[in-house]
Amino acid sequence: MHGIIDVCLDVEPVSQPAWSVFRPSVGRPWFIGHVKVNSECRRATVPTVPQSTIAASETPERHDLPATTAAGGLGEVGLAGTRNPFAASPLERRKNAKEAIARVVLALFTFVLIAPVLAILVYLVVKAWPVLGLSFILENPANRMTAGGIWAPLVGTFFLVVISLAIAAPIGILGGVYLNEYAGNNWRTRVVALGVTNLAGVPSIVHGLFGVGAFVLFAGMGESVLAASCTLAVMSLPVIITSTREALNSVPMAFREACWNMGATRWQTIRTIVLPNSIGGILTGVIFEVTRAAGETAPILFTGAVFFKGGLKEHGLASFFPYSLNEGCMALSMHLYTLATQVVGVSEPIQYGTAVVLIGLTLAVNSVSIGLRGYLRSRKKW
Amino acid sequence: MTAHVRFENVTVTYGPKTALRGVSLAIPPKQIFAVIGPVNSGKTTLLRCINRTIDFVPTAKVAGRVLIEDEDVRHMRDVYQLRRRVGMVFPLPVGLPLSVYENVAYAPRRAGTRDRRQLDEIVERCLREAMLWDEVKDRLNLLGTKLSGGQQQRLTLARALSLRPEILCLDEFSIAIDPVTTMRIEDILRELKRQMTIVLVTNLVQQARRLADYTAFVSASQLIEVDETETIFTKPANRLTERYVNGEFG
Repeated sequence: MHGIIDVCLDVEPVSQPAWSVFRPSVGRPWFIGHVKVNSECRRATVPTVPQSTIAASETPERHDLPATTAAGGLGEVGLAGTRNPFAASPLERRKNAKEAIARVVLALFTFVLIAPVLAILVYLVVKAWPVLGLSFILENPANRMTAGGIWAPLVGTFFLVVISLAIAAPIGILGGVYLNEYAGNNWRTRVVALGVTNLAGVPSIVHGLFGVGAFVLFAGMGESVLAASCTLAVMSLPVIITSTREALNSVPMAFREACWNMGATRWQTIRTIVLPNSIGGILTGVIFEVTRAAGETAPILFTGAVFFKGGLKEHGLASFFPYSLNEGCMALSMHLYTLATQVVGVSEPIQYGTAVVLIGLTLAVNSVSIGLRGYLRSRKKW
Repeated sequence: MTAHVRFENVTVTYGPKTALRGVSLAIPPKQIFAVIGPVNSGKTTLLRCINRTIDFVPTAKVAGRVLIEDEDVRHMRDVYQLRRRVGMVFPLPVGLPLSVYENVAYAPRRAGTRDRRQLDEIVERCLREAMLWDEVKDRLNLLGTKLSGGQQQRLTLARALSLRPEILCLDEFSIAIDPVTTMRIEDILRELKRQMTIVLVTNLVQQARRLADYTAFVSASQLIEVDETETIFTKPANRLTERYVNGEFG
């Protein structure tokens, strides 16, 4: 690209490379600055800009250049200063205006997106402020649940989540590996995949009723921690399977084929290449499932959660294991429901405090998951 | 001639599309056998039949027989053993997400080699043969995926050599490699053919002429002609072959 640009660069070198003159992305200030430089080099000989240069430049918007420019070079018009050849064209102005509007509108909707979350958090924390503290978490509910803390439900939720994941994670992950790595693309695989998708769409209360039938009654577990955990596990399965398959799919097929080409078996390939590079994604999915299981009420309502459990140890090691597997337990989500609807004379801060702990737990676990994902992405190997 | 690999009336279809139609040919042992032909003529399919990586294409159907030392590959009990015997380099460079060292040691490890010194030897030898050793010898712990495209291509070649295959299939091995290195690898291939049969699929007609002892010309899924390279290039029996090697179509 020769012509006026070269001349101007001679007079006053500018930081931008010469071709940026023709880049529509260059901002307004630079155009103005350039025009000034332009007027300073008025006496310099300006070679004509051949037609082809203008045609070859990347800006379709430049078609409004004065006719003289195209024909006889930028000379007369540009240097006389009567018209700025680099001024934004009407098309460009419209484009920029639309760009600005789009930016504002999209930002607005993003704010609308996060506003409820912030509002809920602030509202809950303000309302719960009087009770928030370590003792609220570490004490058991007392005085017909109108006083004390939430230790027993918290431990209950912890047990439910851990046991349900201990059941669902191995089944879900190994099943996902089979579906993705071994199963052929045939009708049997598709039926299984369809089943998994449908299982994910089943309402949680239906899972709860299924749990009553299958685990509480048929398997004879009774209303217990175990039955509730199994019900939660069934509910978690499709999500874990799906996230596992997604994580496995993120490992390029070419890696697998390269291994198979060298005589590696499918399992050797999975063990050495596929799993090491997808385990992070799989774990992220499992951790996300923790928060969902912790928040669910319906599946545990009839299968193992109880309103209140008396006679629990307040202190010592025993308070960490308040329930045995074959008896019912308290759970945070259930406890919150009970406090809000069933208990007479419970103070507001205790209700809100319970909600804050539940939502705080969710946020904390999700943060771990997101952090883990970010860390793994930063050390992605290809 | 005695055949190391023999195709007997091999027809391959991908669903409704026929990729190879009734191909019969014999690949002699310890020679370089080139397969040339226009794009989409079935060259790669031909290679994939030898080590049965054609099995990875769900729609592919193979009729006819492919024999290695008179043994039908489809009746081999251990397909993994077959793939260890037949090294394969595809045109797309693939560095496994492992270190350069582990990339080359991958196949020997999977095949049961544990001894560190033995592995060191294999890695150095294969990287030297693939003309990559000098560039990576000081950074064998670097991820294979971080190498440049041409380096990854040579890494792929080193991996294919790591099991001392008796048949080495190269599918456009040089498209990502600079001409000078390509020439040097070609010299290595001439050395290697003392130890193994090399099947070379290439779009570079001149590369076939430089390297190959025998050349097969395929076009539109069919084997047009196979003969000694010199014959193919100087007095081919088929008019189509003549036009292709002279650059008149393709």
